[in-house]
Amino acid sequence: MKVLMSGNEAIARGAYEAGVRFAAAYPGTPSTEIMEEFSKYDGVYAEWSTNEKVAVEVAIGAALAGEKSLAIMKHVGVNVAADPIFTVSYTGTNGALVIISADDPSLHSSQNEQDNRNYARFAKIPMLEPADAQEARKFIKLAFEISEKFDTPVFLRSTTRVSHSKSVVDIEEPEKYKDRTGFVYNAEKYVMVPNCARLRRVEVEKRQKALKEFVETFPENRMEINNQEAGIITAGMPYNYAKEVFPDYSYLKLGMVYPLPEKLIRDFASKVKKIYVIEELDPFLEEQIRAMGIEVIGKAIFPYTNEFEPGIIRESIEKNTKGAVSPYKETLAPRPPNLCPGCPHRGLFYALRKNKVYVHGDIGCYTLSYMKPLQGLHSCICMGASIGMTHGMSKAMKEKGKGKVVGVIGDSTFLHSGITSLLNMAYNNSDALIIILDNSTTAMTGMQEHPGTGYTLMGREAKKVNLIDLVSSLGIENIKIIDPIDQKATGSAIKEELAKDGPSVIIAQRPCALFKRSKIKPKPALKVDQDKCEGCRACIDLNCPPIAWKKGVTKEGSKRKGVAVIDETLCNGCGLCAQICKFGAIS
Amino acid sequence: MYDNEVKSILFAGVGGQGILRASDIICEVIMEAGFDVKKSEVHGMAQRGGCVTSHVRYGKKVFSPLAETGSIQTLVSFEKMEALRYLKLLRSDAEIIVNSEEIYPPAINMGDMPYPDKAIDFLKKNYKKVISFNAAELAQKAGNIKTANVVMLGALSNLMQIDKSIWENVIKKSFPEKLIKINLEAFQMGINA
Repeated sequence: MKVLMSGNEAIARGAYEAGVRFAAAYPGTPSTEIMEEFSKYDGVYAEWSTNEKVAVEVAIGAALAGEKSLAIMKHVGVNVAADPIFTVSYTGTNGALVIISADDPSLHSSQNEQDNRNYARFAKIPMLEPADAQEARKFIKLAFEISEKFDTPVFLRSTTRVSHSKSVVDIEEPEKYKDRTGFVYNAEKYVMVPNCARLRRVEVEKRQKALKEFVETFPENRMEINNQEAGIITAGMPYNYAKEVFPDYSYLKLGMVYPLPEKLIRDFASKVKKIYVIEELDPFLEEQIRAMGIEVIGKAIFPYTNEFEPGIIRESIEKNTKGAVSPYKETLAPRPPNLCPGCPHRGLFYALRKNKVYVHGDIGCYTLSYMKPLQGLHSCICMGASIGMTHGMSKAMKEKGKGKVVGVIGDSTFLHSGITSLLNMAYNNSDALIIILDNSTTAMTGMQEHPGTGYTLMGREAKKVNLIDLVSSLGIENIKIIDPIDQKATGSAIKEELAKDGPSVIIAQRPCALFKRSKIKPKPALKVDQDKCEGCRACIDLNCPPIAWKKGVTKEGSKRKGVAVIDETLCNGCGLCAQICKFGAIS
Repeated sequence: MYDNEVKSILFAGVGGQGILRASDIICEVIMEAGFDVKKSEVHGMAQRGGCVTSHVRYGKKVFSPLAETGSIQTLVSFEKMEALRYLKLLRSDAEIIVNSEEIYPPAINMGDMPYPDKAIDFLKKNYKKVISFNAAELAQKAGNIKTANVVMLGALSNLMQIDKSIWENVIKKSFPEKLIKINLEAFQMGINA
């Protein structure tokens, strides 16, 4: 049957067809929908783990029990999970284990553009890379076959463009699930103390050798011989871009990007006059092929940064092409993503800004507040980093930093990797303030459950972590809870906690404005009284999507040059702007 | 389209306007009509009121889900200023459907930059076929402002050689029972716009 599917939907479908019934993940764009789709299939166990490292460890446990198990994450999630990944490469997987890394060339929704193909080589784990949804469905099945055959974890690498593009997919009947679980005792294989690990280290190299032979005949490493003047070696989405602009060239399309099929590459090289290696980000294939002594053209002409599109490949190869131009020459106002109407973060950052503090941010919707006009945070590195950075800066600044260094972190991010660093703050007696932005969900990636929401991915009621108890048990004594839309309470809580010695935590608690189970229901849209508005733009400074500036509306006896207006189709009546307005014009 | 030519449509607008839903619907329509189809967009950050685009490409066999810069034949812009943002991606003889609604981004609200005036005139001067109307008003007439995306599809259907009955069948399958009538009405509004 033919259906239209995204790459992510196809990966979930393929895993289900392969008989996989066990998966663990932490949400992260562009990977999130794989787990959301997988969890909908009958008879599966699917969980949001607290972070990617935990997800991989959960998946390893299931694999050691004999299951075919799947761990899913975005590219930077693999950094978090790297510790168990490098060593499960030694132990092997008993059942089967596939780790999905969804990379994000062009940083559409990420803090960096790392090329996770490097992890395959680094950890000596084979990696498959599909080019579209059809291949994604097929390759995830092949990944499980390889994992079982070679007793190895296998990476499946997707990119944003593969994950989020839709195309026509032939789906098949799913394999019937067979319960193969049972205890396998084999301490020498699974207890990675030096004595045993040294032995496994040798096994890894044996496996590498076997895999190198296997890839020579792996059918998804495919030659297409056409015009022999030029050959292209490529993998994943760039294959489609190249085929689009150079359909007549010869191709070596690699389905498996690690390890590489050396004989096949040599064979291809002997058939074509020159070779282009087309790959986004790092010269991962290029450097390995050059090391075989084969001359290729790669990053000398193709960009290192950002994802490609067909035009980039044409322009890089045909140097004299005239690039497309727009007839419109004026600069357009940018349209960056914004915090939603009624977003609790807007209230928090508006109140925080008045204290002229240095704010370390973290990963979540609130990063959007760094832009004008809120300019709410001054650093952001990775999941959980805000707390450690806040502590470090405050210690380094000593008295100068007193009452001036703040860290902000979302609830899901705090539970992902903030707990240990908050414990560190208590242990090393920090003087800084951490604000946990508790909006009751994982908002940025689209409302996923976490240990603070009271529900699991599969919709069951779950133990709900109590943030106050948790923070207090880590050793934090100064704890306050506020509603960040309430400007008076928020403002005074921040002032009080900044003045205190020792570490403080403020829990800014109000559900995300899009959160379906929220007890705070949308209120009628607010209106600006055009007679009372003095055109001071204080409400515009909130950068709330429904509030717009209407110029030219003047008033007798007032210097105003325009008025604020509220789009009633967008406003949900949170009331923040009404608190800001000095003229009582908003109600 | 009568040979192996691949056609490219670009949907553009602002997060929350139903662009991704509209491009999903058109892909189903194209598939029902017997073509290969691929579409591409980026989720995540873009959902929060930022720019949203979706490429839809169809033909006998489609490789790339992204169109080559300068090769797109049809632009469907859900917001007036957004139409100007992507002209580099279009062929010089492209057809443009544009919703004349204006949605102000922060820089315009704060008074840092102006909203471009006479955008439609500019488009008409530079492209041979420009269809413009206020989709929100038509959607309101159909009974629900949220059907503006289906109004846009109605206008687009006039530019494609796919039977209207296929469109209507896919629209019927795409919405819950109680919203079908209103969306078919919106689709018709777009056809007549």
